[in-house]
Amino acid sequence: MSVADAAGLGRGRAIAFVLPALALIAVFLVFPALWTIYLGLTDYRLTGLAAAEPRFVGVDNYTGALSDPRFLTSLWLTLAYVGGSAVIGQAGLGFTLAWLLRTRTGPVRRVLEGVVLLAWILPSTVVGFLWYALLDSDDGTLNALLSTPGLAWLLDYPLLSIIVFNVWRGTAFSMMLYSAALENVPPSHLETARLAGAGVFQQLRDVVVPLIRRHILTNLLLISLWTFNDFTPFVLTGGGPEGRSEILPVYVYRVALKDGQLGAGAAISFLILLINLLFALAYLRLLRGRRRPQEAAATPGPPA
Amino acid sequence: MIRHTVGRLTATIVIAVVLALFALPMLWLASAPFDDTPSITTSIPDFTLGNFSAILDNPYALGSIRNSLIQGGGAAVVVVVLAALAAYALSRVRVPGRDVLLYLLLLLSSVVTGTAAMVPIFELATRLGLIDTHLGVVLVVSGGLLPAAIFILKDFMDETPTSYEESARVFGATPLQILRHIVVPLVRPGLATIAVWALASVWGGFLFQFILLRDPEKAPGSVILYTLYTEGGAPKLDLISTFSLLYSLPVVAMYLFVSQRYGFRFHGGIKR
Repeated sequence: MSVADAAGLGRGRAIAFVLPALALIAVFLVFPALWTIYLGLTDYRLTGLAAAEPRFVGVDNYTGALSDPRFLTSLWLTLAYVGGSAVIGQAGLGFTLAWLLRTRTGPVRRVLEGVVLLAWILPSTVVGFLWYALLDSDDGTLNALLSTPGLAWLLDYPLLSIIVFNVWRGTAFSMMLYSAALENVPPSHLETARLAGAGVFQQLRDVVVPLIRRHILTNLLLISLWTFNDFTPFVLTGGGPEGRSEILPVYVYRVALKDGQLGAGAAISFLILLINLLFALAYLRLLRGRRRPQEAAATPGPPA
Repeated sequence: MIRHTVGRLTATIVIAVVLALFALPMLWLASAPFDDTPSITTSIPDFTLGNFSAILDNPYALGSIRNSLIQGGGAAVVVVVLAALAAYALSRVRVPGRDVLLYLLLLLSSVVTGTAAMVPIFELATRLGLIDTHLGVVLVVSGGLLPAAIFILKDFMDETPTSYEESARVFGATPLQILRHIVVPLVRPGLATIAVWALASVWGGFLFQFILLRDPEKAPGSVILYTLYTEGGAPKLDLISTFSLLYSLPVVAMYLFVSQRYGFRFHGGIKR
């Protein structure tokens, strides 16, 4: 990172460059967020008396949410969803693909990358229909292929279904990020390790991971946040059956819009923000704790 | 040697399995639109192009794709330009609390863009007179996409060497000229990636478009797709599959164009 101000921007121009983006973010992101926090302290409802004149109820919404067993169930489901589909699924598969494709060129690499990226850029609404057609219990393509007619994947394995779906949908981002990261690993280091008799696992642990640690942590933070707040599974399961795939964003939707308790929904949103903050803090801690030894190892490329 | 062969074989098998898994859900999109009587099972179609003329008869179908182009393109331009300016300044000038600010905004954006802030966003748009306007959709979705865009672009900017900028400055180039003629060409893959990402996010987005636009004349394709049901509430699979295909083509074409022209990847990578 340059601190030298190479282009001669100066404070004033730097502020002018940042200002338009910040203004837009302030009006359409920060302001609604603050409004949400305020709503979380009221009994604002979609309809009825409390819709016209919401009353201030303090932390009632928060104690209400924390003592609602469905909130706690939903929190565990969300953690399983994030752990399974983002951390293990997307990051794991993304890294595996990047590692396998690292030494390949030509059509295999292009086709595989193309298909994985296609899953990422297809419109979400279209993707919803694609998976509906794949997993349908009566005529779904998957049941036809596996000769398991009538197996209702979305009803019998709702959590597994949305986890697999999210891995399919989001692996491209991790794959691209790790591909770029692996380009920074000098082949000579791997060669040396191999000559010293290191297996693939040892090469990864001792050479690759220390070099791309920051990429890994950035990747995990971004995909965890995105997955934690992902509403798309609603298209597949609607949170059901019996709340077995009701992850937190779907829970908020049910409380705020279906039950019409906008105040309570806003309070839960703020709780989600706090949980995400914990994620980010843990990530920053890991990043800080490891920076020094890495710099001492004289990594190639510009200093960070 | 044996270990190497086994490794190579395992790698090939893994690649083949992943390829099949990722392609499987997309097969329906390739077969159903050309099928005379599509069901949700993927099958060899009774070939027809009738579904395409049927979808063109829908009064909102073509217009909705145009609306998506306006909203998605508008958001992509706003996000890329504003994020590039901000990321450049944040990368080159030390602002106190810069990293904390970025992380906070990133957190906010991933939480608030969901269902959480729907009511405030709707009220805000109503008071600003942005309901039923393309501009409203562009501004709202851009606000949500900007933090992550700045976060990712700043890493690209951090990676670029500053020596070119210093030389240009010696020859009297203004900061805007330096940004335009030196920095932008260097981080072009990053800008292209952010543009595709922004447009693809808006293209498939449903929630904000649904609550901000009442007039079906202004609705984008992602919303119109959910109107293709019979009065009884059953999906019209012929129209849905055909429109899904038509609606996917522009983003796929854009991705192919960008990846040919600029390379669609995180060159140099995200660093922090």
